[in-house]
Amino acid sequence: MEKIPVLKIGNLLLISIQTDIYDSQGLQLQDDIANLLQRHSFRGVILDISSLSIVDSFMGKIINNIASISLVMGAETVVSGMQPAVAITLVELGLEMPNVKTTLSLEKAIQFFNEKFNRETDQDGSSQE
Amino acid sequence: MEVLKSKTLKISEEKDLLNIRGLIREYAGEIGLPEIYKVKLLTATSEIARNVLKYAVSGRMTIRILSDIYKGIEVICEDNGKGIADVDSAMKKGFSTSGSLGLGLPGAKSLVHVFHIDSKLSVGTRVRLIVWRK
Repeated sequence: MEKIPVLKIGNLLLISIQTDIYDSQGLQLQDDIANLLQRHSFRGVILDISSLSIVDSFMGKIINNIASISLVMGAETVVSGMQPAVAITLVELGLEMPNVKTTLSLEKAIQFFNEKFNRETDQDGSSQE
Repeated sequence: MEVLKSKTLKISEEKDLLNIRGLIREYAGEIGLPEIYKVKLLTATSEIARNVLKYAVSGRMTIRILSDIYKGIEVICEDNGKGIADVDSAMKKGFSTSGSLGLGLPGAKSLVHVFHIDSKLSVGTRVRLIVWRK
């Protein structure tokens, strides 16, 4: 079965889920991200789901797992581009995503991390003075 | 109530789930079901079908276009699995015998207009969902 590609950009991992995926692909993705985070020190994971038309409880669990694993390994997860109907459905399904930050678009997710990293660099700079 | 279209698909592997979603999308398009109801029905169906694969191994799903005061889509999911010992508990959020989130059945119920579940131990489970195009 086809693997979902994980792109490395600087200290970010970028995953774009384009179509409905099989459970096994979701589990594989979870493992791939954990392995990449262990080998390199990525600081953020962006999961773009703008093309995903449904997120059921299994897919929701995968997203939550990815966020929790990332957090333990020093990276924050941002889910970008969730479609309105998917958001409404998730709320009514009762699925909570406590460790997941969301942004309306992929662009905003990248902006979020850039600002975060800049803030941290500024703080590091001032503490050294 | 009139049945305008009906088709039964098997569920025995994950791939079947994608076929079922495809047929629901097709029927939803035919009756002009709004996007939000379509996504809710697809999600509810996915939860039910996943239960079949996980607990009963295989089953079948009948998808119909109904015509009553409104048009709607009905999904009937049947399996000959071991059945659910305690349907009331299974319908509670957070209850799971498999380590999952326990959102499947109660979640599916809250996403559709009509939800019926019948289960008999060692006979099987039948779940019926309807979403109306109101």
